[in-house]
Amino acid sequence: MKRKSARLGFWGVLYLSIPCIAVLAVPLYNRATPVLFGIPFFYWWQIGWVPLSGFFIYLAWRRVERQG
Amino acid sequence: MHITATIVFVALFVLIAVLGFLSARWQRGDLGHLHEWGLGGRRFGSWITWFLIGGDLYTAYTFVAVPALVFGAGALGFFALPYTVLVYPVVFSVLPRLWLIAKRHNFITAADFVAARYDSPALALVITVTGIVATMPYIALQLVGVEVVIGGLGFPTHGIVGELPLIIAFVVLAAFTYTSGLRAPASIAVVKDLLVYVTVLALIIVVPWKLGGFGKIFAAIPAEHLYLPPIHSGNLGTQSFYLTLALGSALALMLYPHATTAVLSSQGPKTLRRNWIFLPAYSFVLGLIALLGYMAYAANLSSIPALAPYFHQYGPQFAMPGLLLRYFPDYFVGIGFAAVAIGALVPAAIMSIAAANLFTRNIYRAYIRPDCDAKRETQMAKLVSLVVKFGALLFILLLPTEFAIQLQLLGGILILQTLPAIVSGIYTRWFDPRALLIAWAVALGWAIWAASLTDFQKSGYALHCFGWIIPGYIGLYALALNFLFAIFITLLLRATGRHSSADLTDAAAYQE
Repeated sequence: MKRKSARLGFWGVLYLSIPCIAVLAVPLYNRATPVLFGIPFFYWWQIGWVPLSGFFIYLAWRRVERQG
Repeated sequence: MHITATIVFVALFVLIAVLGFLSARWQRGDLGHLHEWGLGGRRFGSWITWFLIGGDLYTAYTFVAVPALVFGAGALGFFALPYTVLVYPVVFSVLPRLWLIAKRHNFITAADFVAARYDSPALALVITVTGIVATMPYIALQLVGVEVVIGGLGFPTHGIVGELPLIIAFVVLAAFTYTSGLRAPASIAVVKDLLVYVTVLALIIVVPWKLGGFGKIFAAIPAEHLYLPPIHSGNLGTQSFYLTLALGSALALMLYPHATTAVLSSQGPKTLRRNWIFLPAYSFVLGLIALLGYMAYAANLSSIPALAPYFHQYGPQFAMPGLLLRYFPDYFVGIGFAAVAIGALVPAAIMSIAAANLFTRNIYRAYIRPDCDAKRETQMAKLVSLVVKFGALLFILLLPTEFAIQLQLLGGILILQTLPAIVSGIYTRWFDPRALLIAWAVALGWAIWAASLTDFQKSGYALHCFGWIIPGYIGLYALALNFLFAIFITLLLRATGRHSSADLTDAAAYQE
């Protein structure tokens, strides 16, 4: 594990963890409000994290690319 | 019988069959080598890898089962979404390294890697067998998706006449995989995705418009269906199950042989990493597909006389095909159904190639014919890919569908138990192969026992811990047990100086 986290770096690991934590925090988003375009929070929160996860992977990718 | 839909469906199917055979010539290589037939020469660039991994992970079964689960079970069925969000950050940090090591040693499978890394044929055999056992019912399940849409076209689904379309589809699939290898699903994946995107976009625009908007759709669903039940009196209920199921499935996904095959066939780590930025686009589509389950619910599809017999036969699995039949003209039904059927062929082809690679490399060459040359090895893999597919076909024709679903559920739990050997091996050679082997056996035994408590109907186990009841995914609990034993036994062996540290891989491969 050690050598890899050195490559991804602290920030790389952090970027990759953010979307994971966001969708694992089930009790926090298991609710109806706020509603967006008629879609309850539970649903738009999770769907919203899909493109956001792509963005955070991009940030991690930039770190890796810069190193190698 | 829907004549127009059937004509469009058959036409698209013929198109991809032709494409499948032609792809043998594409990026031409010597198909007498296993890395050419079974990995496309490790030359797939960003675009093709994107389609290939997407086609691999988002299968026909997904299109049918995810809306079905949301339609039938509500919020719990939505676990597919956090699952696909978790997958890419996880694989991003793990799999590029496996690619580098595999390339250096010409490894075709994860078991190749384990065999060399730990110098342990026994551990590699266990990884191989687990991989094949987990893959077989997965291939069989792809056929369930095809069965549902063929039924939706109005064909009878019982008796020889009913099974005929399914058999033809599979013979075609088997033939082009045999001749073209991994190049076939890679090129077909492009067509498949175009069809899927067109279908899903049309559904997600037209159906809410006809039903009066998302607000109305969600208002029609009872609240206990829309959310996971609240935590009460120390019981985390489905909330902890939802979480562990998503996490466990994400980890299991990267261990499936077909995932390894798709990843190793790319040009390299740079291609892979760039891909994982954009692969969540598929997950977005998956989220939309999941919402189709609620649309089918709000539209009360199962009580419409024209569709009721289908729901009677296929249950919630008819949610997505039902929406197409209810709201779209016949020709578009053909396109949508073809998307599902072709969506079955792509992963089924990759899975059978992956299983064939495993058998050939890690059983045939390791145990039966160690001296076989590249040509013979590839010939064997091609034959095994046929055997695997016909095995899956017989599975579906002769046994109840229920059985395939249960086995696939168990398969996910089993494949997760190969994580300690494969993933930790990528980072460290600390673990002892015997410790990993024993830990695998213990975890496997516990997991099968835990699943047997529900007669293999459910993948959850209620853990009682410090007065809390924490229901969770069996696969993830077994994985924790697996790691505990692996660490403990390795420590024991190291303390007594009897551990093995033989490693046949090149240390430089880990430095990049």
